[in-house]
Amino acid sequence: MSTTQERPTDTVEREIGRDRRRKEDQRLITGRTRWTDNINLPGMLHLAMVRSPFAHARIVSIDTSAAKEATNVVDVLTGADLGEALGVNINAWPITPDQVTPTHSPMPSDRVAFAGEIVAVVVARSAAEARDAAELVDVEYDELPAALDLKRAAADEILAHPDLGTNKSAYWVFDSGEAGTGGSVEDAIAKARTDGIVIEREYRQQRLIPAFMEPRSTVVDPTGEQITMWSATQIPHILRFALAATTGVPESKIRVIAPDVGGGFGGKLQTTPEEWITWAVARRLGKPAKYTETRSESLMSGHHGRDQWQKLTLAAEKDGTVTGFKVDLLADLGAYVSLVGGGVPVLGAFMFNSIYKFPAYRFAVQTVLTNKTWTDAYRGAGRPEATYAIERMMDELAAELGVDPLEIREKNWIKHEEFPFTTVAGLEYDSGNYEAATARAKEMLGYDELRAEQRRRRESGDRVQLGIGVSTFTEMCGLAPSRVLGSLDYGAGGWEHASVRMLATGKVEVVTGASAHGQGHETAFSQIVADRLGVAFEDVEVLHGDTQVAPKGLDTYGSRSLVVGGEALVRAADKVIEKAKPIAAHLLEASVDDLEFSGGRFSVRGTDQGMGIGEVALATFAAHNLPDGVEASIDADATFDPEAFNFPHGTHLCAMEVDTETGALTMRKYVCCDDIGNIINPLIVSGQVHGGLVQGIAQALWEEAVYDDAGTLVSGSFVDYLLPTAADTISFEIDHTTSPATTNTLGTKGVGEAGTIASTPAVVNAVVDAVRHLGVNDIQMPCTPERVWRAINGPGAGGSTTEAAMPHFEEGAGA
Amino acid sequence: MIPAQFDYLAPTSVEDALAALAEHGDDAKIIAGGQSLLPVLRMRLNAPEMIIDLGRIDSLRGVRDDGDAIVIGAMTPHAVVGSDPLVAEHAAVISKAVEHLADAQIRHRGTFGGALAHADPAGDLGAPALALGAEFVIQGSGGTRRVAADDFFVDLFETAIGEDEILTEVRIPKHTGWGAHYEKFVRVAHQWPIVAVAATVRVDGGAIAEARIGLTNMGSTPLRARGVEEALVGQPVTEDAVRAAAARATEGTNPPSDLNGDADYRRHLATVITRRAVLAAAGG
Amino acid sequence: MTRISLTVDGARVSDDVEPRMLLVQYLRERLGKTGTVIGCDTSNCGACTVHLNGTSVKSCNVLAVQADGAEVTTIEGLATDGQLHPVQEAFRECHGLQCGFCTPGMIMQSVDLLNTNPKPTEEEIRLGLEGNLCRCTGYHNIVRAVQQASGQGAPA
Repeated sequence: MSTTQERPTDTVEREIGRDRRRKEDQRLITGRTRWTDNINLPGMLHLAMVRSPFAHARIVSIDTSAAKEATNVVDVLTGADLGEALGVNINAWPITPDQVTPTHSPMPSDRVAFAGEIVAVVVARSAAEARDAAELVDVEYDELPAALDLKRAAADEILAHPDLGTNKSAYWVFDSGEAGTGGSVEDAIAKARTDGIVIEREYRQQRLIPAFMEPRSTVVDPTGEQITMWSATQIPHILRFALAATTGVPESKIRVIAPDVGGGFGGKLQTTPEEWITWAVARRLGKPAKYTETRSESLMSGHHGRDQWQKLTLAAEKDGTVTGFKVDLLADLGAYVSLVGGGVPVLGAFMFNSIYKFPAYRFAVQTVLTNKTWTDAYRGAGRPEATYAIERMMDELAAELGVDPLEIREKNWIKHEEFPFTTVAGLEYDSGNYEAATARAKEMLGYDELRAEQRRRRESGDRVQLGIGVSTFTEMCGLAPSRVLGSLDYGAGGWEHASVRMLATGKVEVVTGASAHGQGHETAFSQIVADRLGVAFEDVEVLHGDTQVAPKGLDTYGSRSLVVGGEALVRAADKVIEKAKPIAAHLLEASVDDLEFSGGRFSVRGTDQGMGIGEVALATFAAHNLPDGVEASIDADATFDPEAFNFPHGTHLCAMEVDTETGALTMRKYVCCDDIGNIINPLIVSGQVHGGLVQGIAQALWEEAVYDDAGTLVSGSFVDYLLPTAADTISFEIDHTTSPATTNTLGTKGVGEAGTIASTPAVVNAVVDAVRHLGVNDIQMPCTPERVWRAINGPGAGGSTTEAAMPHFEEGAGA
Repeated sequence: MIPAQFDYLAPTSVEDALAALAEHGDDAKIIAGGQSLLPVLRMRLNAPEMIIDLGRIDSLRGVRDDGDAIVIGAMTPHAVVGSDPLVAEHAAVISKAVEHLADAQIRHRGTFGGALAHADPAGDLGAPALALGAEFVIQGSGGTRRVAADDFFVDLFETAIGEDEILTEVRIPKHTGWGAHYEKFVRVAHQWPIVAVAATVRVDGGAIAEARIGLTNMGSTPLRARGVEEALVGQPVTEDAVRAAAARATEGTNPPSDLNGDADYRRHLATVITRRAVLAAAGG
Repeated sequence: MTRISLTVDGARVSDDVEPRMLLVQYLRERLGKTGTVIGCDTSNCGACTVHLNGTSVKSCNVLAVQADGAEVTTIEGLATDGQLHPVQEAFRECHGLQCGFCTPGMIMQSVDLLNTNPKPTEEEIRLGLEGNLCRCTGYHNIVRAVQQASGQGAPA
């Protein structure tokens, strides 16, 4: 046996802050991966879903007889066949006490409420045979009128669920006048109408699809004492809880494993009908069962994101000092209230005032049921919507006043010496320096030179116009203080759990309740523990994503893993040191008070005596010589619940070229300077920022889930749901300022969503800026070339999207 | 993701392929490179009972010089066409169109004849083939016939190839020394063109002596912009002159309206892109 | 069922397959080559990219029977004698992956790109990867990785 080599502090680089290459990568670059769909168990059955082609219909009958006769089909089951054993899909966040919440059966037997909803499941010995037989299931539908348009649904013209009597699910309000955190926004607007400036706009947050690269897959093995579910999920712990709560199986009999998970972006923050059906089928037939969706199924039935109308009123004095901001949202829930559901817009409610010192603020959201795919969290969840709204409005205010958009922001933002600052939404921002981040971003962009070029192009009437887009942002991240979640009626807490196990061989086993799916936790968490315990980076092993290995946890979303999960790890590591100390003192025959711990080593003050923590671990394992009354373990657990959110911020600047003849857009340059506090691994941070930027840019320019007037998803494949490629994007310049967070000992802030939050308004502001002199003050997202061209050549924001796809894969086609 | 069951034959000669076609008739579908057919089968939008694979017929592959024409075998992969020196020299607009057709993997597998026989009006090869006045060599049990490009494209996904026939090669009259450009308008790189224009011109003494223009995705088939071609003859290679001619690019078009743009926008794009393509082809 | 024989990652294999079986399904389900993955059903995402007789193809867009007699290389056959291929090495070095799902296809396509163009410009790299979707990295570090593998530029 070897013990961990302790690292003398004077010769060893600190791990935190190093650009360590990722531990995860060796497997991923050689294909030695374990995606859920790779799992194959003896006798495993394969499922194929029969889905409704109609957005809203009564199920008249389901004839499964032909399918049951097909080769190697084991069973064909409907909701009626499975009954109570199916359980239900839950909403964990009823945002108001009287929220209207339709019951969500994973497989309804009476009525379907969106196109893609599952009405029957075919179970066969192979996936191919299951699919073949699914074609033979004959479902008779009686089509019902469908509630599709969000505004018309909000007016209850057609009901998505006729028995509920309304499409209005919940109305949630925050008013700074009522909350005592600020003045009355109506007074501010009334005053501005007489002697100030009032800007009124309505913006559309189009419907998006998370489009993680790994389609969702679930395997359930009901053999053995526990039922095991492997699932491509962000939330194994929440999934286990929900299975227990809704299907009557004790939590202790359920093991959920999230093996390698191929991206999530909020899209796998869900408990899904597909998981529940696979669970029910495996239990009923007593055999392992697998369901893997196709991409088309994923786009159609996995939850969507955003989909809001934002009605905004900004009141300001004539000098540009904002006096009030009023936000009225309509948010499309889709057919059911999903896990987080109406909580998504509520997560944005505290962020519309962003980095600014507004004296009055009011936010109201009406969540609305429609006959479309359900919506839930998508990267940023609430905060991109908020940032888009305020950053577009600040540009409009600047345009109204004829001043530089950065000038109007600076006039209203919180100065660095004013932190901590309690906002009009009632949050206390602990730290930040907006001046520094903005100055750096301007320098990186070459702001003044590009403004000069913009002027030249305008003056010469160049066919290609240049726009410079600005977005500052802050976000509340690190979900979340449990008390805050409780006050908002969320169904769970926001703590995170960690264990540190000191193995006799000198290795350190770290268990986290966070559940990575691409974030690099194994690497970043190893760095944290290596520093804290003074052990080698290579000697730390991070375990996660299996409820039997990591029994306690609240998983990964909302930029919480590092700031909440990482902090739990620090506390567990500190407990290990505290537990090791009396044992080390005993072995060194010294007093505990004379020991100090540094660089992985306990040493006796004033002597050259000491021993490494690995040696203490080995001695504790042997337990031959422990002090009286001390347990034979220095392993430790910790559960961390933050007192407050943390508030990353940044300034993003973007230069866009607009071909005024065609409306085509070209990104010329994109820079950002984000303040995310202390950085554990700059390489991983850069990846999070780049990826976030492209997702946000994609909302601005390309992505939109479009339905036709029958409620069919037109952008139902990657042919029509446009994800950008390497050829559509550019290289970015990113930098950081550092104002350490004060709410965790590492001084870190979340970074997973920052890029997505800031980039969307930066890009749209740039596009509008390029053509504002041509009479344009808005272009609806995504800013397609057609919309840009129409905005330049006529009134309005470019019009709506035509609800038809190109017919490349029509029936009968192909060669 | 899993096609419906089918039987499979991989004949090694055109004659055997024709015999198989004759035997299976309506139930059979020919697979060339399969880059458009396989998605259709995977999504079960079509379920032929028999797939006849031309991939083992060596005689259908390759590019050769045949006097005043070059001949491209129907089963020649895009990547081979794109890097072929004969094509670059005598039918440059095809090289340009192939360069950005779909993506690298699909260019390795997809074939020249397969794409043309698929006849997607948004496909990148129809417009260049029309512009160059290609001749399609079609073989049936009764022998071989040649169909002019103008008669080849019948409708959406429909060509002059009969159900019992196979496209074996495409003859491209040499346009040696002609300038060429293929201008494609897309929102993201991996998309079919919203509109694209194939332009090839012969410039003589600073003026356009001859011009051939094909339009992609401006109707249910690829279209030849004859109005533009006529208007260009004798014009100087200047922005204004070409702009005036390119305005006729909308003549006879019937573009679709979809997610990426309505018909009126596509018509506008066609005029702009035609101008740009012609100017680029003419080196102006 | 049709009998096929081919070489996959250097090993000769022979199986009876249904004609409808896609090459990617054959690799995953029959050979256990689960390093190659399926990300879409329209051939857009490129996650299933492998080399067929030395050039990159989307293995969802090839029937297993069409690969009869061919030589196939997957991500699992790229490293030789335990040595990572330079492109694999560069993806790790430059943080060109996050969740890793697109990575097998992205690496196989990058190798193909460098086979035909050993010193590509940034634009050529970006165009060369247009058939591969990634949702995590924003492509920035993937482009860096290909640059580095081609001996151009330092990781950033």
